[in-house]
This record gives sequence, C-alpha cells and structure tokens, in this order.
Amino acid sequence: MQWQNWSAFFYMGGYGLYVWGSFGLTAICMVWEVVALRNRNQQALRLLRLLTQK
Amino acid sequence: MNAAWLTVLQRDLLQAFRRRSDVATTVFFFLIVSSLFPLGMNPESETLSLIAPGVLWVAALLAGMLSLTRLFATDFADGSLEQMLLAPQPLTLMVLAKILAHWLVCGLPVVLLAPIIGLQYALPYEALQILMLSLLLGTPALSLIGAIGAALTLGVRGSGLLVALLVLPLYIPVLIFGAGAVAASQHGMSAQAHLSLLAACSLLALVLAPLATAAALRISVE
Amino acid sequence: MKINWFKYSSPQNFYPLAGRMVPWFAWLAALLTIAGLYVSFFLAPPADFQQKEAYRIIFVHVPAAWMSMVIYIVMAAWAGIGLALNARLSAMMAQALAPTGAMFTLLALVTGSLWGKPTWGTWWVWDARLTSELILLFLYLGFIALQAAIDDPRRADRAGALLALVGAVNVPIIYFSVKWWNTLHQGSSISMGAAPKMVVTMLTGMLLMALAFWMYAIAVALMRARCIILERERNSEWVKELVGAEICGSQTKTGVNA
Repeated sequence: MQWQNWSAFFYMGGYGLYVWGSFGLTAICMVWEVVALRNRNQQALRLLRLLTQK
Repeated sequence: MNAAWLTVLQRDLLQAFRRRSDVATTVFFFLIVSSLFPLGMNPESETLSLIAPGVLWVAALLAGMLSLTRLFATDFADGSLEQMLLAPQPLTLMVLAKILAHWLVCGLPVVLLAPIIGLQYALPYEALQILMLSLLLGTPALSLIGAIGAALTLGVRGSGLLVALLVLPLYIPVLIFGAGAVAASQHGMSAQAHLSLLAACSLLALVLAPLATAAALRISVE
Repeated sequence: MKINWFKYSSPQNFYPLAGRMVPWFAWLAALLTIAGLYVSFFLAPPADFQQKEAYRIIFVHVPAAWMSMVIYIVMAAWAGIGLALNARLSAMMAQALAPTGAMFTLLALVTGSLWGKPTWGTWWVWDARLTSELILLFLYLGFIALQAAIDDPRRADRAGALLALVGAVNVPIIYFSVKWWNTLHQGSSISMGAAPKMVVTMLTGMLLMALAFWMYAIAVALMRARCIILERERNSEWVKELVGAEICGSQTKTGVNA
C-alpha cells in the first residue's frame, strides 16, 4: 500500500489539483455525455409518441 | 475534351474581368491585413522581418479563402453548374479549369504583390525571392484544397464561415512549408527542402483535389 | 452459427440490436475503468522521481489521445463504407462517433495541459503532439459543423463522408509537417518527458484505461446512433409500430422488443 492515509491520497504529493482535475473532468464529460444521450433518446421517443397518438 | 476545358477557363476569366471589384477585394484584403500587423506592435525592422514569413503567408491564406465561396456559387445560381454535371466531358477537368481560373484571379496577384509588402517588412532581397517562389508553388495548393470546401458547402447557409472551418486546418502543411522556406532563407539556410515539400503538396493536391471536388459537387447539387 | 450481417445493415434491425449491445459495452467499460483506476492509483509505482505524482495524469491523457485518433480513423472508415455502398447506417455511425471523438480530443488537450503545468511549467507548449491534437480537434469540429449546417440528411451524410475521407488523407501530411516544423523551431529545449522508463504496471494501467475508453466509446456511439435513427426515421412504419407497441402496454424495455 503506497498511501499512508486518505489525505495523502487526495494530496497526491502536492499535485492533487492537477491529477484530480484531469480525472474529474474526464469523469464529468463522460457522465454528462451519457446523460445527454439518455435525454435525447427520451425526447425523440416522447415526440414520436405525440405523433402516433394523434 | 480540351475545348470544354478551355471554354470553362475563358468563361471564368471573362466573368472575373467583368466583375473586377471581386478581384480587387482579394488584393486589398491581402494589403490591409498585412499592413495591420506592424500597427499592432513595435515596428522595428528586426521584429518585422522575424514575423514577416508567417504574417504574409497567413494573409495570403485568408485572402485566397475570401473568394472561395464564389467559386461555384454563381454557376450554381444560374444553372450552368448543372449543365456541367450533365455534360459528356469529364467534370474533373472542368473543375480543374475553374480552379485554375480562381488561382489566376486570386492567387497570382497575391504572389506578384507579396514582394512589395515584403519590402515593408524589411525582408532581405534573397528572402523576397524565396517568398515569391514559395507563394508561386504553394498558392495553387490553396486554390485546389479550397475548391473541395467550396463544393461541399455550396448553397449551405453560412457557407462563408463554414468554408474557413473546413479548409483552414487542411492548409496547415502549406503554411508550414511556405513560411518555413522564407524563414530558412532569412537564417542563411537553404530553402530547397521546404520548397520541394511545398511543390509535393501542390502536386498531390493537383491529383486528388479535382476528383474530390467533382465528387463533392455531385453530392451538393443532386 | 451463421449470422446474416447484412440483416443488421438496416436501421430497423440495427435499432433493437444496438439497444441490446449498449448495456454490455457499458458494463465492460465500467469494470475496465475500475481495474484501470486501481492499477493507476494503487499498483503503479509511487511518484516518478522526475515528475512526482503528476505523472498519474498520463493514465487518462494517453488513452484519451489514443482514442481521439482511433475514433477519427473508424469514423472515416464508416464514412467511406457509407459513401461507397450508399449505406445509410454506416453514415449514421460516422455521425454518431464524431462528438465522442471530439470530446476525447478535447480531454486529451486539457489533461495534457494539466500535466504540462507541473511538469514543464507551462500550460501550453507548441509541441508536435499537442499541436497535431489541436488540429485534429479542428477537423472534428469541421465535420460536425458541416453535417449540422446541411438540412437534407442524405446530403449531410455524403458531404460529411467526403470531408472525413479528405481529412483522413490529410492527417498524416499534417502530422509530418507539424513534426518537421517543431524540430526546426523548438530544437531540444523541451524533451517530451524523455519517455520515463515504461514500467510494466504503468503500461498495464494505460492499456486498461484505453480499453475502458474504447468500450465506453462503442456504448456511447451506439446510444447516439439509436437517437439518430429515431430522429431520422420518424415517419417510417417500423418506428410508429415500435412506439405504438410501447403505448399499448408492453412498456417493458424500450426498443428491445420489435
């Protein structure tokens, strides 16, 4: 185990902001893309339901 | 086959001659843009000659791009483009003629004018020669690659900006080799390698771009 | 088992198939990400003596950069197939891949800059790789902008495909020219980290993350392709039936029926 405790893990030898910034941004982008696509799919289906119900 | 080629070339040149203001726009744009840079900085001759290759080449890229949207738009509007698509003569050749006309009208004046601007940038005599030579070898590639973008965006709204977005990244090799040639001669090195690569870019574009442009025109018009 | 692949080249048959494939790739991506993160934070050697802990950014930066290039190649390939065979679905796949590719390119640039600040001392260096990555982003943006600007979907497909192919031909030339420019101007002022000895665990971590991104990209591209199919085929019978069946009560899994 190379980290003594959690704070050392988050501190990353002083580079926490850079390291967690990179990983965090990547995670945010990926999650956002999936959520956006979910919404887009729902939106398309909603529109189709409106069209067919008429 | 040759006849069709020549006819298109003559027709485009005649049209350009009739609408001289269009040609003038390109030239004036080149002049103005390259005159703005010294105003935005300290116009010492050392700094100026240092940035001259890049500035003049970028100004040439932008000036050539201004007129790209007009390359096929007028023919598209008056229906003659459709006739060209239906004609038995190969479309690629007629496209090549149009590109040649575009270069003669928009590229060549910039090549001829560049040394004068170069003087304002305190470029030495050899560098001016290389600048002209590099523009002469490189600007045909700009017209050729630009034609693909012009054909793809034909009749699309906001096509002027779109062409810039599509075409400018593809211009990067020409810019690097062209400006590099001038910079090399400024530093007392041989510009041979840069110029050869520039000529290679133009030749490759000469082979591939008319084909791609013809395909793009078929996509855009049909 | 013989599968008729051409059956799935029609949007109608592809839509439910893609729906079934998405969860698999999503789970694979999640598992590989966990494994990759574990390797990169717990198994990889502590603090490279030169770059300190900041070197861990490589585990997300390098796979993102790889993916940005792989996706462009795959996108151009789909576009080419679509143009050659006049296949709608191939063009839709190319269109579905572009935003994900652009996102990975942007992530590669941003994480590269976050790595560069502590390592090189600057946010941005006109390094050959960074510059090429920036140009790749422009190529992606051009593709997306062209497709967005053309209203007729058939024309948008084909124009985009041609642009992607032109771009693919140009990418090696651009890369070579940028590299040439870089060696002339930068000299050896900055060596790209001089490739710190690639420890096996580091390579494993990067490969795991790259595979995770790969699975993620497939899952997301399939999801987007499904959206595009629904939006484009709005007026076709099968879409109406699909939605109609759903309204009638068989609400179970959207699109998995049919």
